[in-house]
Amino acid sequence: MIELRGVTKRYGPNTVVDGVSLTVPGGGVTALIGPNGAGKSTLLSMIGRLLPLDGGEIRVDGLDVSRTAGDVLARKLSILRQENQVAVRLTVKELVEFGRFPYSRGRLTTEDGRHVEEAIEFLELAEFAARPLNRLSGGQRQRAFIAMVLCQDTDYVLLDEPLNNLDMRHASQTMGLIRRFATELNKTIVIVLHDVNFASYHADRVVAMKDGSIVADGAPGEIITAPWMAEIFDLEVPVHSYADRPVAAYFAIG
Amino acid sequence: MLVDRWRTALAASGRPVTVLVLLGILLAMVTVLFMTYDLKGSLDFALELRGRKVGGMLLVGFAVAYASVLLHTITNNRILTPSLMGFDALFVLIQTAAAFFFGTLAFLSLDVRLRFGIEVGIMLAFAAVLYRLLFGGENRDLFLLVLAGIITGTVFTSLTALIMRVLDPNEFMTLQDLLFANFSTVNRDLLLVSAAAVVAIVLATRPLLAQLDAVALGREHAINLGVDHRAVVRRCLAAIAVLVSVSTALVGPVAFLGLLVSNMAYQLTGTFRHRYTPAAAGMIAAIALIGGQFLLQEVFASVVRLSVIISFIGGIYFILLLLREAGR
Amino acid sequence: MSTHSGPRPASGRIRDTTLLGLALVSLTAVSAWSLFIGVSDIGLSDLLRAEPSKMLLFAVSRVPRLAAILLSGSAMGVVGLIMQSLVRNRFVAPTTAGTVDAASLGLVIAAIWLAGASVFLKMTVAVVFALAGTALFMALVQRLRYADIIVVPLIGIMLGGVIQAAATFLALRYDLLQSLSAWTNGDFSGILRGRYELLYLVGAMTAAAYLFANRFTLAGMGRDVAVNLGVNYLRVLYGGMALAASVAAVVVVVVGGIPFLGLVVPNLVTMTMGDNLRRVLPLTAVSGAFFVLACDIVSRTIRFPYEIPVGTVVGVVGGGLFLALVLRSRFNAG
Repeated sequence: MIELRGVTKRYGPNTVVDGVSLTVPGGGVTALIGPNGAGKSTLLSMIGRLLPLDGGEIRVDGLDVSRTAGDVLARKLSILRQENQVAVRLTVKELVEFGRFPYSRGRLTTEDGRHVEEAIEFLELAEFAARPLNRLSGGQRQRAFIAMVLCQDTDYVLLDEPLNNLDMRHASQTMGLIRRFATELNKTIVIVLHDVNFASYHADRVVAMKDGSIVADGAPGEIITAPWMAEIFDLEVPVHSYADRPVAAYFAIG
Repeated sequence: MLVDRWRTALAASGRPVTVLVLLGILLAMVTVLFMTYDLKGSLDFALELRGRKVGGMLLVGFAVAYASVLLHTITNNRILTPSLMGFDALFVLIQTAAAFFFGTLAFLSLDVRLRFGIEVGIMLAFAAVLYRLLFGGENRDLFLLVLAGIITGTVFTSLTALIMRVLDPNEFMTLQDLLFANFSTVNRDLLLVSAAAVVAIVLATRPLLAQLDAVALGREHAINLGVDHRAVVRRCLAAIAVLVSVSTALVGPVAFLGLLVSNMAYQLTGTFRHRYTPAAAGMIAAIALIGGQFLLQEVFASVVRLSVIISFIGGIYFILLLLREAGR
Repeated sequence: MSTHSGPRPASGRIRDTTLLGLALVSLTAVSAWSLFIGVSDIGLSDLLRAEPSKMLLFAVSRVPRLAAILLSGSAMGVVGLIMQSLVRNRFVAPTTAGTVDAASLGLVIAAIWLAGASVFLKMTVAVVFALAGTALFMALVQRLRYADIIVVPLIGIMLGGVIQAAATFLALRYDLLQSLSAWTNGDFSGILRGRYELLYLVGAMTAAAYLFANRFTLAGMGRDVAVNLGVNYLRVLYGGMALAASVAAVVVVVVGGIPFLGLVVPNLVTMTMGDNLRRVLPLTAVSGAFFVLACDIVSRTIRFPYEIPVGTVVGVVGGGLFLALVLRSRFNAG
């Protein structure tokens, strides 16, 4: 269970995240949506202790993320940010192997090897395993990083806009994979999504942020509605229904 | 069982190990050549003198190489070296400023070990300031690091010259010779202190090496993988401060050496793993220094300083590196 | 890069003129003061009485020195501005494009193989080398995939380092190290009548740059914009760089290298006034002169009666200023 109480982040005079409280019980996919600058990525980074808090408290399974040792947390939760440039030259396999670092500190055991194989297989990266990261396409590289996070084998996985810069096929495949993490591997996933329609189809719960606060929280069917979209994004969006799910037709406005 | 494990490790990491072995052989050959070539007069004396030089160059080579590798890793790039960030210029400035405040003669008559201790202390303080400056904020910018480093280095160098001129406008050149070491005058006491400092640093950073592999992925990935990024970076900067002090105190600034040898080490070993790269880079540096000094002294009998040649080759290599990384 | 370019209200023009006027007035005042600083004590009354020995000193040493300072300071400021605009990188200047180092390499070579030649011939050699060095820099930069703000000056600095190493190599072999360090570190103490006059050439070239200011601005907006507006981009680019390199080389011959000047002054001016060269060029010239003059006064008074090379003082002051600029840009951006 992830518990946030009064979480606050300030940059100078700007309060980016303003006293957010939220509880994410174990299991399922929770999507964070909202306009640019709403504080979604900042909030996610704070949960993943990439950013220090200016107020409040975050606990993951009872562990305070600001105080718990980094390697203990690294076996409990993993976070993947949207920009993943790595300066050193690594092959896909080497990168994925780093997912086992919290367990073996760089000296891989047989069990680590098994996890690596599984992660590479799960993300269908076997044919690229020996290829350097800088010789992959954007979509393949993104999958390699997701494989690393999967290999880290944590109960909680935080993903910050993992579909950015992916084309239609790769975006839908990746989102499908993430959904399978939750369903088949029983992970708890918190994901920042730009496109509310991915949230509509793949999330169990949608949390909407605006101006640093949570403004809506519920099942996709409750939040992806015309009135809520108008409230969250300041945009009149017609919401249709397709395959029993709401679809916001934002691309048809203008 | 043990042999098996060793064999699999060798198979998995064949190239780095082979490279390390070859470099070791080459280094031994160069050292023997330097020590024994054309020995004349008192054997003991000549061997002691040459031994001191070789010792100095081994230490300097390793210190410069290790410091560069560490800085590359914690700043996630392959071009920023301590000397590009003004570290060695700062050491020279500290020396000069100390001479200014304590008086040149009083400072020079201080015990070498004490003098070195004071200088290292100030370097560590600077590393702490640098840490706050570079890593205190949440977003770091390579562009700023490099640029600010180069500027700071130039400012330090100018400030050193300024202090020396104010100190003694007539004896500027003499003072420069007196305060700054070079390859042909390696102080014995300083050599021992430096060796102790380098050994201490190696022992202190050994447990970090595995974590450094993860730090090389970048701050966020390292934190995600459970590395205490702040602590590792802080310790590395402190180690860099000591290593740069060692090399600069022994032979003065050797710009580009660190850049050259670390990048050659990455290329030759084909790995980024810190189990191999510092050792490889250190050996390449020692080979370059000892071999270069030998060629200059014995073969070309030239007045030209080795550091000039390193700057020349290093600069060209660096430009090629930049063009390959950022070129079309 | 551009903060305030484009059309502006009339009040902006008036502010520009006021600013330039103020700068000129302070420059004149400090210039006048600087004439009376030196080992030999000269007072205003000596001049009024037309005391012959003091008048001679004034004409042979003090006035040439002031002229050299004003001319080289303004020229290096303007040259930096032009290079920054043409290369479209605000950290490019003669000291970060290999220009200055190439010029001093030329001087070393001239000193070795043309030892008895006239100053003018040696200057020509320096100019040719500066042009070649700058051209090499441009060729290297054009091989970059994209003109990264950091990689471009880095290449220039490294190229300068390589050229300087070559120069040091030759200087060591031919025992010219002292001359080389004089060329790389600017110094006005050796300026006397009969040597600084080359700088008038620089003054004329700087003035000529003003005539082409608009074209430089357009070229600075990139090839596409320039071509679209009917400017011969390549001619302006190479012509402007050649002008800048030549000016820098002449300054190296007469005064020596002055670090940071071409970086700090244009950046400070464009930060407040934008990148329209026609607008900022006059103030850049005046500010450059003022900056060097102020540093020269410091270098003459800090260890009186001894003098410290102005390049050393500029290295400290200018470097400090530039560092502050760079760090400030970070906080603005972040």
